[in-house]
Parts: sequence; C-alpha cells; structure tokens
Amino acid sequence: MGIELQNINKTFGEYKAIDNLSLSIPSGDLIALLGPSGCGKTTLLRIIAGLELADSGKIILENKDTTNLPPREKNVGFVFQHYALFRRLTVFENVAFGLKVLPFRERPPKKEIRDRVEHLLKLVQMDWALNRFPSQLSGGQRQRVALARALAVNPRVLLLDEPFSALDAKVRQELRRWLRKLHDEIHVTSIFVTHDQEEALELADKIVVINKGRIEQQGTPQEVYDHPANAFVYNFLGNVNVFHGRIHNGKVSLGAHHLDAPDDLKNVEEKTSQTFVRPHEIGISRIRSNDNDLEGTIREVRLQGGQIGLNIECEGLDSPIEAEVPRELFVNLQLAKGVQVFVTINRVRVFTGDYEI
Amino acid sequence: MPEPEISQSHSPVVKKRISDPRSIQILLIGLTYLFFIGFIFLPLGLVFSQAFGKGWSFYLEAIREPYAIEAVKLTLLTVAIVVPVNAVFGVTAAWAITKFNFRGKSTLKSLLDLPFAVSPVIAGLIFVLLVGSRTPFGSWLGEHGIKIIFSTPGIIIATIFVTFPFIARELIPLMEAQGRDEEEAALTLGAKGWQIFGKITLPNIRWGLLYGMILCGARSIGEFGAVSVVSGHIRGQTNTIPLHVEILYSEYNFTASFAVASLLVFLALLTVVIKSGMEKHFQKNSFHL
Repeated sequence: MGIELQNINKTFGEYKAIDNLSLSIPSGDLIALLGPSGCGKTTLLRIIAGLELADSGKIILENKDTTNLPPREKNVGFVFQHYALFRRLTVFENVAFGLKVLPFRERPPKKEIRDRVEHLLKLVQMDWALNRFPSQLSGGQRQRVALARALAVNPRVLLLDEPFSALDAKVRQELRRWLRKLHDEIHVTSIFVTHDQEEALELADKIVVINKGRIEQQGTPQEVYDHPANAFVYNFLGNVNVFHGRIHNGKVSLGAHHLDAPDDLKNVEEKTSQTFVRPHEIGISRIRSNDNDLEGTIREVRLQGGQIGLNIECEGLDSPIEAEVPRELFVNLQLAKGVQVFVTINRVRVFTGDYEI
Repeated sequence: MPEPEISQSHSPVVKKRISDPRSIQILLIGLTYLFFIGFIFLPLGLVFSQAFGKGWSFYLEAIREPYAIEAVKLTLLTVAIVVPVNAVFGVTAAWAITKFNFRGKSTLKSLLDLPFAVSPVIAGLIFVLLVGSRTPFGSWLGEHGIKIIFSTPGIIIATIFVTFPFIARELIPLMEAQGRDEEEAALTLGAKGWQIFGKITLPNIRWGLLYGMILCGARSIGEFGAVSVVSGHIRGQTNTIPLHVEILYSEYNFTASFAVASLLVFLALLTVVIKSGMEKHFQKNSFHL
C-alpha cells in the first residue's frame, strides 16, 4: 500500500474535522480527495504531512508507520494552494532547498544537487527560469516550480492541496493535463485535494468523496459518477435537478406526474423520496414522443460554451427544470425563450430519506 | 503617488475631474509648508544659531568638554545594548504572536502598545518603585553590590522598556501578511527549526527588522523622561545626552546646551536619512515582499 490511514480522528474545539476515517491507497496511484469546503479534506492532507496532529489513528506511508514522526522526517512532498515558494530565493535555490538542508553526511555533493535540480526543472518545463525569483513568474509557472521543489527530496508520497485553485481557468486546464502526464511518468503515490468535481473526474485514478470528515464514497471516476452511493455524492458530482416527493406502490411522484420507481425501490410501499436528474440527461423535443413527456415553456436560455442551458417551466412541477442541450439541437429545433417544448426525463436516480441539499 | 500621475499623462480630461480646484491645492500646500516652517525648520535653525552663537571654538569646546563626552559615551552604550536586546525580544514576540496560537495572545498584542501609551516619567517611576534601594528587592540587590537605580543598568532597563514596542510592531503586520506557508513548506522539505529561521524567516523580515531597529535606536538616543527619573543626574556618570542638555540649560549655559543639543539633531537627521534610504530600497524591492 502506498498510503494507509487507520481510524483518523481530529477535532478543533467542538468541531469534528475528521471522523474516524480510514483509507487505503495503492502505490503509484493518483487520488483525488473531493468534497465541499470545510469537509476536512485539507485537514486530512495536513495530517498525512504532519503539519497537523491527529487526535488518534495511524498513518502508514509506503509500509512505514509515520504517525509519530515530525514532519521533516516524514519525507512527504507537499504542494500548497498558494505555491509557498521562498520569495527571497531563486527558482534554483527553491528546488535545491530540500537537498541543501540535509545533514552534512547525507547531503549530495554540489554537482549532484545541481544536476538533480536541473533535471527536475526540465521535467516541469521550467529549466529556463533557473535564476528568476518567484515574483517574476506567473501562477502556473510558480506551481510547477513548487512541484519540482516537492519532488526534489524523493518523497514517499506527494500531497497537493488544491494545487490549481488559485489559477485562472485556462491555465488550470492545461496544468491539470500536464500533471496527469507527469504522474504517468514518475508514478509517485499522490493525493490531491479539490472541490472541483471536473478536476477530480478528469485527473484521478480514484476519487474519494468526503463530507463532514467522513468518506461518502470511493471508486474510479466512472464508478463514482455513474453509480453515486448516495444523494450527497450525486449532488456533488455535477449539476442536478432535485424533485422532492414520495414513493408509493412502485411509482415515484414528480410534482403531479408519476414515474416508474427503479427496481431496487419497487417494493417500497410509502416513503419520502428525492429524485435526481442531470441537466444533460433531459431530452427536449417539439413534438410529444410518449405519454410520460412533460409539457413546458422555455423561460431562460444561457450560453455555456458548446452546450446551451435551458430553464424550463413545466406543467405540474413546482420549480423549473434545468436542462442542457447541444448547440446543434438547439439550432435545429429552433428553440428560444418562450417556446413550447416537450421534456423527456431519460434517467433518474431516486434516493429515499430526508437528505437536505 | 504614482497613480494619478499616470492618468494625468494619458488623459488630461480625467485630471480636471479628479483633482481639487487649484485654490484648495494652494491652500493645503501652503498650510503644510507653514506648519513645517513653524514646527520644524524654525526650531532646527534656532538650535544651530544658538549653538554657534559664540562661534566655532566655543561650540567645539562645549562638545569636547569631559562631561559632554561622558554623556555621549553613555548614550552610545545605552543604544548599543538596548537595540540588540529589543531586536531579540521583538523577533521573539512577533514570531510567537504571528506563528502560534496560544492563550492570551490578543491581550499580549494590545499590551505591546503600553510603553507608548504610558508617560515615560511613570515608566521611570515604576522601576524606581520596583528596584529602588528602599524596596525589599532593591535592598537585596544592594546587599549583593548590584546597583540599578541611579546607575547605568537603570538607564538601560528604562530605555528598553520605553522602546521595546518599535521592532515588534514593525514585524507583526509584516509576518502576519507573509503567513506560515513558507515555513511549513520548509518543514515538509526536511529543514530544522534553526534552518527555517535562518534561511526563510529572517531573510523575509530583514528590512522590517532593520527599520524597527533604526526607530528603536533613534528613540533610545533621545529618551528623556524615563531616563531622567532613574538616572539621578550624576554628572560624568549617569548623564545621557538629553539629560546633559537639560542640566546645561538649567544652569543658564544656553550656548553650550544648544551645542550639545545639536549633536542630537545630527543623530536624528542621520536616522531620517538612513530611514528614507531604506524606504526607497523597500519600494524598489517591494516585488519580493
């Protein structure tokens, strides 16, 4: 195992940040800790790095129990949200720092340090900036230098705390893909923390969804997205329409309408339910295709890059539906504000119980 | 103020709209000059005209007189001890307050201003009451041959008290703005405490520290109230420059008094020059902050 966490607990005063959390991560994996802000994901990362002490629990990194080691002996690479480069040191000195502070006997010779730093900076495509100061670099460049600095000490594991959140959208995308490629080359067990589900889905081998200091679900991006374990995960992994209603004799109520309940809930006699529908899983047409179609009127049209977002007021529903259609369809159907449409709900997820969003 | 200048050079239309009427400008600038003339230029000029009132030779004699030289020596000794002590204290306090969370932190932070708020005379009296020869602690010290009040240690202690906020107050906002990220990064990279301090923290705060030390030094040189209470005014022994000036003045030896005072003015001007030089350096290097 690359990283093994056993029964980690952490409270800040009254507030329980991590609640008896256990997690195993195979060596060489790239894992996303995904959750809303305040869910404890950053705290967990800082506990692994030793920057925060757990109240109880065990931390095993690459088969070595590091629970009680001070942070400088944990040999963990940490990349901070706001880069945390040493502002008074050049890019070279920043990356060399972890090697230069080694005790004299373990410290590699100068030449070796130089070679290693240059190699790492080449790896992150920053070898041209050797003698620059951090303030002379852009955000994306700084974060790449920070990554090289973290890798310089040959860390057991690499921890990244919202590494892209301070960057603008375009750079974020670029750096994301680049990091995935880099990880495929160096294969160090890595965890990155994010609140951006897109980032987690695109980048990670495995996603761990965290809420209120607990793991809600873990699995590959595909598993987590297609088979969310509960309402929280479903809701957190993308935009969603929620309908509150009841399940009654195998039928789910959707405002004034009724849908067949999914198989696992067929036998439920009577229960409150929430029905979730993703905006892109809603079909839009100008003619009625089957009896279950809802009739509605487009209230709002939003341009969202390749997709068009529609806000549709449907007959028999309390709140309007959000739908997403490809641009082509939007043009072909001559959709516009005020147009009458028929709405087909293709895929729903029904959760019982009183989950609050 | 570079910003309005930039907008002026690019569009004269904006200038008209954003700046005040010419008459108000002239009025405010005039008032500022008037204030400077009345409270800075005039007194400064007066000090020098009085100091040189009886000619160069008298001036040189006044500042070469043995008691004057002793006063200068004592003042410099005080500065040489007070500034390093307060530098260590200031860095320690600023470090503790900005990097750790502990009980009573906010109280400490507000108490830091106490030496500024309290009258220096009271500050001096506090030490007389604390370690004067009539107090138990003071008489115990006396039995062991340690004299604090009416001698050099008292002067130094009183000066330390009066000037200790300068450096800490300079550093706390700076270190708060810089946060703990860099130290934490160094920690995860395997650095030990002293390496983090020497390689990361100290370089990051060095300009603020120097700036605070200069202010602290300037105040140590000029401190009168607290020192006056604890020193006992023994000529040639416990007189600092400001005390010496006062004694000469009360003896109606005005010219000599102003001559020695001009030394203080020179030291003050030197401080201002160094300070503004450093401010320029600050601005030039502000991209590193």
